Amino acid sequence: MSDNAYKDRIPVSQQALVIENNEPEKIGGTINIEINGTPYKVPFGMTILESCKMHNIHIPTLCFHEDLCIAGVCRICLVEVEGMRTLQASCAYPITQSIKIHTSSEKVRKARRHILDLMISDHYGECYSCNRNNNCELQKLAKEYGVDFYRYGHVQEPFYEVDKSSYSVVRDMNKCILCRRCVRTCIDLQEVGALDAVNRGYDTKITTFLDKPLAEVICINCGQCINRCPTGALRANDPSDEIWEAIDNPQKHVVIQTAPSPRAAIGEEFGLPAGTSLTNELNTALKMIGFDKVFDTNFTADLTIMEEGTELLLRLKSALVDKDPNVKLPQFTSCSPGWVKYIEHFYPEYLDHLSTAKSPQQMFGAVIKTFYAQEENIDPANIVSVALMPCSAKKFECNRPEMDSSGFKDVDYGLTTRELAQMIKEAGIYLPELSKSKFDEPFGEASGAGLIFGATGGVMEAALRTAYELVTGRPVPFENLEVLPCRGMEGVRQASVHLENVKPEWSFLEGVDLNFMIAHGTANAEKVMEALRRGELNDIHFIEVMACPGGCIGGGGQPIPTSLEIRKKRAEAIYKEDEGLPIRKSHENPHVQYIYEKFLTDGPCGHLSHKLLHTGYVKRGSYIA
Amino acid sequence: MPILNKAIVFKQENCGDGLQKALNMKPIDILFAVRESGLKGRGGAGFPAGSKWMLASAAQSDKKYVICNADEGEPGTFKDRLLLTEFTEQVFNGMTICGYAIGAHHGFVYLRGEYSYMIDEMQATLQQLHNSGRLGKNILGSGFDFDIEIRLGSGAYVCGEESALIESLEGNRGEPRNRPPYPANTGYMGFPTVVNNVETLATVPILINKGVDWFTSIGTEKSRGTKLISVSGDVDRPGVYEIPYGTTIMEIIEMAGARDVKAVQVGGASGICIPEAELHRNISFEDVPTGGSIIVFNNSRDMLKILENFMEFFTEESCGQCTPCRIGNKKLLDGVFMIERGECSVQYLRELISLGETMQVASKCGLGQSSPNSFITIMKHFGDEILSKY
Repeated sequence: MSDNAYKDRIPVSQQALVIENNEPEKIGGTINIEINGTPYKVPFGMTILESCKMHNIHIPTLCFHEDLCIAGVCRICLVEVEGMRTLQASCAYPITQSIKIHTSSEKVRKARRHILDLMISDHYGECYSCNRNNNCELQKLAKEYGVDFYRYGHVQEPFYEVDKSSYSVVRDMNKCILCRRCVRTCIDLQEVGALDAVNRGYDTKITTFLDKPLAEVICINCGQCINRCPTGALRANDPSDEIWEAIDNPQKHVVIQTAPSPRAAIGEEFGLPAGTSLTNELNTALKMIGFDKVFDTNFTADLTIMEEGTELLLRLKSALVDKDPNVKLPQFTSCSPGWVKYIEHFYPEYLDHLSTAKSPQQMFGAVIKTFYAQEENIDPANIVSVALMPCSAKKFECNRPEMDSSGFKDVDYGLTTRELAQMIKEAGIYLPELSKSKFDEPFGEASGAGLIFGATGGVMEAALRTAYELVTGRPVPFENLEVLPCRGMEGVRQASVHLENVKPEWSFLEGVDLNFMIAHGTANAEKVMEALRRGELNDIHFIEVMACPGGCIGGGGQPIPTSLEIRKKRAEAIYKEDEGLPIRKSHENPHVQYIYEKFLTDGPCGHLSHKLLHTGYVKRGSYIA
Repeated sequence: MPILNKAIVFKQENCGDGLQKALNMKPIDILFAVRESGLKGRGGAGFPAGSKWMLASAAQSDKKYVICNADEGEPGTFKDRLLLTEFTEQVFNGMTICGYAIGAHHGFVYLRGEYSYMIDEMQATLQQLHNSGRLGKNILGSGFDFDIEIRLGSGAYVCGEESALIESLEGNRGEPRNRPPYPANTGYMGFPTVVNNVETLATVPILINKGVDWFTSIGTEKSRGTKLISVSGDVDRPGVYEIPYGTTIMEIIEMAGARDVKAVQVGGASGICIPEAELHRNISFEDVPTGGSIIVFNNSRDMLKILENFMEFFTEESCGQCTPCRIGNKKLLDGVFMIERGECSVQYLRELISLGETMQVASKCGLGQSSPNSFITIMKHFGDEILSKY
């Protein structure tokens, strides 16, 4: 069920689940059990919950999440095991004996109902004023169990102040049911540990270090906690009111860029299965809502490839030809703002390894308020630039003080997939049934290389498609341009491409194996960084890191729920769309060629692109003032 | 602080040299001796010590641990304090014997934070044992190495629960783990670990010295040996008493000089309330098991106030991890307040008792499973009195 990549993240207390009773010889075998009177065969060591799922027997869960290690704290998944005095949490009970299980006996139903009543009694808020209305696991269970009154009362007043300090994540602990999924997400998936439980007993709460506002502690804004929160306790900082205001203001020229991942996921908000791409329908919807122009972030993803790829080749030249000891390799990608903040906090001494290229979002921001304003003769002061992103960290990124190279705030608002879906619904539009329309000029076309940025490994694949061809004059040697070693969901991947018969100007790369790595989820990034620190990565040239599991398609602004299965489907949708595009290499994007001809005339990594498309980083460190 | 009545097991003359005797035996013979003795965990749960040791012994691992649970936190319980001061060496010897039997070379004493005043004397005893070759390398020439480290708790009641204790020892927030796996298989740092109560471990060297037959001749069929009981409350002579299993509650409180008894709380806050009419019941795993505390209430006591005290304790001391315990105890406490204010309907009281029954089966660990015991038993025996009063 869960991604093997996370197996070694299981806490020590749960690692030995399958060797209970000292019967390792049974591992891999099956065991006969009985569920609700019917005999079944299940793999030895499988939990009761998984076994029931396997046989289509529904057990409610709350603290369980398939991406995370087992907690067994909410107790809603209790079942009766014959011969045991107490009920057992099915998520945490590995089957090592021939047991008889009852999943909905009177004892079980009564206990579940009581537990649910207790949670509801302690859960402040009314469903209709909650952003998780209709997508809340607690609400769903209340319906499932027919809760129609407050058996143990209901909190009338909020107890905690809502923490809106962060640009990215809003915490409303009044709605928290202490399932600790956020805690486990932050430490197990992300190795950040911004959140943890403090106090004891009824005073227990999930909070930050010293109860500080989230903006003041070490949080990388990835929003993975939001994606795994079963209730409305965690949400993204929603700018849609401000965006509506700008749209309604005739003085303002409101443009939106859309990243590839939201397009592959927004259908889920409208009831479509995961993996349905609605790119062109979305363009229509955005126009209907009132955006003046709709641009494709893939254009600046292509630009990123040109800038970041050139930067890499320059670094390689300094290292291999000039033998410059100060050149930093491997080079890290810098398009994931969660990853950027992670390295700023935890590995500030390695910031020089980070590409100075801005993320596609921020490149577009700078281009819109300079080149586009100039071409279209619009006062950049009147442009409101919105970015549709799968990401909560993008909200923080666009508010970084250095992101003003256009002379204005380059990107005004980062909008998540969920928030845009809400705006579309509010406008009375049913997205899946809309007609298709294209992106607006002058950035109308983008390559498939920019598109696949959305999935883990995509930046690497896009970079290889361009870099290999730039250096050798031939397309990257993979069938149909699918650089398969870059794809997949394994936490850390490593591969290499052999360079031979290179063009004369790249002769220093003749015979070189270009070694690259890919990591997604900052817990995996940590593994890479520790390997780097131990000196094990000296022969690696380029490393892609995405802060979120699965890459942007699993971002903190994407539709809820998330699972490995859902992320795989979203990634498939992106790869499929890439396959059908006429242009699939960044350097072949005519608009990219045009902007270098007309505007960034000194070429990639030239003077103007350095001013507009590159940035610097902050050594934040891991201490809190 | 001596045992106030005539001691049976915990007499210095019984101690002899259990450690030397044990080291002359084969580990497997110790395991069988402990199992045949019927010695059960003295902390309250009563899991057979021999079985626990055998599980740990059978577990395949290059490292194993013995932990002495000295986090005596149950309100009204202070019998381990006596053993740790009067029978310190026997406690340590018990750990060494356990280590020898299961193949562990390292032991921890998890000492209740409030007992930190004992630590100097305990360290001195450890030093003496080292100096006399009864701890450390090659103990008494047997070739067996064992060392003991004392660690202090920080005041959380829940850390008396063995898996929460282990979490705390590992440096984590003290919260019970999911089980299975049990500590005997996956304990401290993931290694097989035996966690035994102070009294269980202190019994072992005496049991080995005096023999299994002697030990099984004491107590009842399913409850061998004796139990130390801390008696407090409305009695003339509060203190620790040693009784063979099967002794009635009446006998115990008479020893301590109880008069005008209304009820007896057996097993501390997490235990059960026995009304005057049931004092003929006896202390044993067959009838009323206990970790070792009896609190006597005379007729001047208000049972609701007693319950309020217990529920306040649990609302605070729950680790806050699982729903039934974290919120359930608060609801029971709120219920007590409602009764005090005359606002609790009979129907809501029934709801709360039903909630208590759910907590007994749905909570993650022994704390939440036993915290509603006093609410349920006090309401059962004194519900009418309470409702007529408030």
